[in-house]
Formats: sequence, C-alpha cells, structure tokens
Amino acid sequence: MTGQTPILEVNDISLRFGGVRALSNVTFDVKKGELFSIIGPNGAGKTSLLNCISGRYSPQEGSIKFNGQEVTKMTPNHRAELGMGRTFQNLALFAHMTVLDNIMVGRHHLMKNNFLNGGLYWFGGAQKEELLHRREAEDIIDFLEISHIRKSVAGTLSYGLRKRVELARAVALRPDLLLLDEPMAGMNLEEKEDMARYICDLNEEWGMTVVMIEHDMGVVMDISERVMVLDFGKNIAEGLPDEIMKNDYVKRAYLGVDEDDEAEGEVA
Amino acid sequence: MAGYNMMRCGEFRTTYEKDTTIFPTPMSKKFAILGVLLCVIAPLQIGEFSFVSDTLLTLMIQIGYLSIGALGLNILVGFTGQISLGHAAFFGFGAFASAWMNNDFSIPVFFSIPLAGVLTMAVGMIFGMPAARIKGLYLAIATLASQFILEDFFARADWFTGGAAGALANPFEIFGFAISGDRSYYYVVLVYMIAMYILAANLMRSRDGRAFIAVRDHYLSAEVMGINLTWYRVLSFGISSFYAGIAGALFAHYLQYVSVESFNLLLSIQFIGMIIIGGLGSVMGSLMGTVFMVLLPEIMQEAASIITSTSWGNIPAITEGINFMKEMVIGAAIVLFLIFEPDGLAHRWRMIKAYWKLYPFSY
Repeated sequence: MTGQTPILEVNDISLRFGGVRALSNVTFDVKKGELFSIIGPNGAGKTSLLNCISGRYSPQEGSIKFNGQEVTKMTPNHRAELGMGRTFQNLALFAHMTVLDNIMVGRHHLMKNNFLNGGLYWFGGAQKEELLHRREAEDIIDFLEISHIRKSVAGTLSYGLRKRVELARAVALRPDLLLLDEPMAGMNLEEKEDMARYICDLNEEWGMTVVMIEHDMGVVMDISERVMVLDFGKNIAEGLPDEIMKNDYVKRAYLGVDEDDEAEGEVA
Repeated sequence: MAGYNMMRCGEFRTTYEKDTTIFPTPMSKKFAILGVLLCVIAPLQIGEFSFVSDTLLTLMIQIGYLSIGALGLNILVGFTGQISLGHAAFFGFGAFASAWMNNDFSIPVFFSIPLAGVLTMAVGMIFGMPAARIKGLYLAIATLASQFILEDFFARADWFTGGAAGALANPFEIFGFAISGDRSYYYVVLVYMIAMYILAANLMRSRDGRAFIAVRDHYLSAEVMGINLTWYRVLSFGISSFYAGIAGALFAHYLQYVSVESFNLLLSIQFIGMIIIGGLGSVMGSLMGTVFMVLLPEIMQEAASIITSTSWGNIPAITEGINFMKEMVIGAAIVLFLIFEPDGLAHRWRMIKAYWKLYPFSY
C-alpha cells in the first residue's frame, strides 16, 4: 500500500516570526499512501509546519515539493487545486452554512460553473453540475455518517460533529494529501474511535495520504505508520511508532519518562 | 378545505433536484407566484377604477429599483461580508452611464440599461481592488473614498454627466415603441426586479454564491478549500455594482433626468439601512427592507397629517413640531427595530412560517 515515491518532500525549511524561530531546518518526506503523524509538545511548531505545507505561512528558507512539484511560493487555493486538503485545530467551518453546503464548498475546485451560468442555473448546465456533485457529497456524507444533520446549520452542531463535518469538507476536495490538525482534540473515547476508523478508511480505501498532528498517543501509536517528533521547531526524531516510543530523547522532550525507568536509571 | 399538499409538517423529497429548489416548499412557491400576479394586476386601470393610486404606484416603482440596488449591496455586505459605503455612487454611475450611452451613441434604452450595468460592474471591480487587501472598518473608509471620487467625477465630467446641469434620459422604448407614463414603466421595473432576484437566488445556490458565503464565514478556510480570495472579493464588488448600475439606469429612465446631487452618502447609508432591516444575507430580505424603508416615511407622513387634521391640529406646538416628531419617530422605529429584530425582517418571516407549519399543534 505504501509506495516508495514521496508525495510530500519538505526540505530544510525554516520559519521565523521576527526573532522567534518557529521552525528551524525541518526536513522530512511523506510517502504516497502513508499515514504519517507529527507529535510534539505545545508550541513545538507542529501547526506552523502544517501551515507552511498548506500555504498559510511561507517559510523563509527551504522548499516544499508536492507530487514532485515545487509549491513553496504557491497560494493556498492553488495548492488545494493540486490536491491538498486540510482541517484546522480550532474549528473553521462556515458557521452559517448548512453541513451540505459546507461540503459542497469543498467541491469548489472540481466544479466549473461560475456567476454567469450559475445565475442562469437551468440554462448553462449549472444545475446538472450541481446535482452531479451533490451525489459525490452524499457519498461522503454516507461514509462519515452525518446524513441526519446534512441540512443543519454548521454553527449549531456539537463539537464532535463539527469536527466530523470539517473532515467531510476536506475529503470533498478529493485530495491526494490530507492534512489533519488535531482531529481528535476534545473528543470522548467513542468519538475518537470513530474518528480513528474514518482516518484509517480514508487512508486505506480512499487512497489518501494522511499527515496528522495529534496529542493522543494511544491513537497515534496505533494507527500511524511513521511518526515525527518536533521540539522547539526542530525535528528531533522520526521513525516507526515503536522506535519513537523507545527513544530517550523523545521521552524527555515530550512523552515523559516512566518512573520505573527513572528508578532503574538511578540504580545504574 | 385545506388540501393535503398545501402546508406540510414534514418534507419528503425523492430527487436531489427537488431538494435544491429556490423555494423550500411548494407552498412558498405558490405564495411567490401569487405575489407576482398581484404586482402584475396592481397598476391596471378599468375605466375610472384603478387598484392603486398614482402616489402608491410611484412608491412601488421606487421600491422596485431601490430593491435591486439593495439586493446588490446585500450580495456584497450580507453574503460576502464586505462593507461598502459607496453604493449610491455606483447607483449614480449606472444612471449616468445609461443616459450617456443613449444620448451620445444612440444605443436604444432597451440595451443601454443592461450595458450600464456591465459598465458599472467594471468600475465597481476597479474600486473594489482594495478589498483584496483590507477588511472591515478600513474597507469601509476605502469605499467611502470611492463615493467621493465618483461624486466629484459626476460634478466635473461634463461629457459624461452634463456637469452641474445634469443629464436628460430618454424614456424607455421597445421596438421603437415608447413606454411612457408610470403605469407602463412600472412593468419594465417589475420585469427587471423579478429577473434580478431570480439571478441572485440562483447565484446563491451555485458554486460562486457558496464561495461568497465561505469567504464571509471563514476566509482562511475558504482559501484552503481552493477559493481564490482576491478574485471573489473583487467579483463580489463587481456583481454588487452590476445590480447598482441596473437599478440606477432604471431610476434614470424613470425620472428622465439625472442630477449630480441625487447620489450622495445619505443614499449609500439608506441602502445599508435597507439590508440591515431586511436581513443581511437574505435575498428576499433585501426586498422587505426596501419596502420598510420606503414606506415608513410615507406612513409617518400620513399619520402626521391625520393628527393635524384632528382637534390636536389646533394646538400650535403640535402643528409646528409635527415634522420634527415625524423624523424622530422614523429614527426611533429603526432603532427599536434593530433592538428587537436584529436579524432582520427575513428572520421574522421565517419565524412566522415556522409557527404556521405546526399550527394549531405547536408542540
């Protein structure tokens, strides 16, 4: 399933805000079809890194390649057209639109009708196109099990459902690469299990490469194929989940040191 | 007998097509058609009898073209979330442009009205450029500049507007057949109004309309969804100006004289008042707000003249103060309205519909 061709190559990027170095010389790549997680303590630069990839920030140094194409200076909307979808840590739904419309916005770059034939609706082919994409949107709604709320206004939904709608909206882009910023934050166990299942399905059945930031180590270690650890804007470790769990450096920086280990260390 | 298909407590649709109609229920569609029919027969005269008086007809025409302008502003402010204080200037530009094209290039009025819309759209997009960079109150001030720049242009560009003397506009004609008189011109305005409202309703249920709302609700995630912010912000100015231009052109050929002073900041503010009262982000709300803003002063005027005609009219303080009181009451009505109905008339209408949906068992 996981190929060897990298879909995303991040090469030596550095991001500064005035004197603050948010990211320094971060290099990694994500293979096609992979489920890749980024972990690290708060303020380590995880979201900044995701923002660099999706185009919100532009790094002062280094380059980002997506599907072999240089995207470092590209606008976010252009990157979306190339097949990059993302969700946000703090909910970023279109609060006054219905769930269905939110998802249909995700279809934006795949549709062609504009204000001219959109205004004429019945005569310029807009209606036909809208209905075609509605069908696609319904597939996503079915998959994420949100059919009961498709006509609800997004701003009125509960937190867990909003997170799910946000995922649906990102999936509607039909991205090759899906960037998820803390998809499970603030969820209960059941919702987390559901979300993990959706992410795995998207990765395995829908063939999307997933890059995920997540704090729940249980989930991260269970579902991801490779994990990268950021600390103070630096890439301190990268590898299989098991290796990361055992890495002393990572333990000190983020995961925490077991009391047993510590005791052993003192004895030795 | 109320038929079973009149009002339903639940909706059952079997195709996506039926799920994406402009009117949410068959009943609301019937209501709209009924409303249009009433508007069509309203100005008819049968012998001496007429449904509406000349005064009322004038008001209806006024509501017609102003509501097109208000709808344009609502697309910009209510749907795309950008403020504009220069809407009256674009309204005026449309008025002058149509008269100018008709007078100087002898383009028939029939074509000069839509062409004026297109020309205003181009001007609006140029003045909308700053919107690509600035937002909120800063954008309000930038659009204020467009109001003053255009007003100054109207006063100076003799070749375009006739300068201080103003411009004459010919009456509307179709196939060399002049449409003069309020009762005929009313239909021109009505046709335009219905067409423009349908266009807007369609726009809002298709791709670009959704993009506008997405830009309003969360521009950062809109951009990540593949929406080109700069283009849609400028386009929104363009479409809004297109509506303003059409409205202005209809206004010009209605009065048949366009003067520079008519398109001041006050009119811009009145447009904003219309859409706030009607409901931001609602197509029909634009019409409701216009009706409210046009009729309120008239109703107050009526009330004032009724008061002065009673025995109260003998009290000097009242006869002298009644005009000031009228203005104050209009102001107070708007303030009270905003306090008790901040979401506009469109929202109140939805509430009324929701109430009747379950009547008489509203639990």
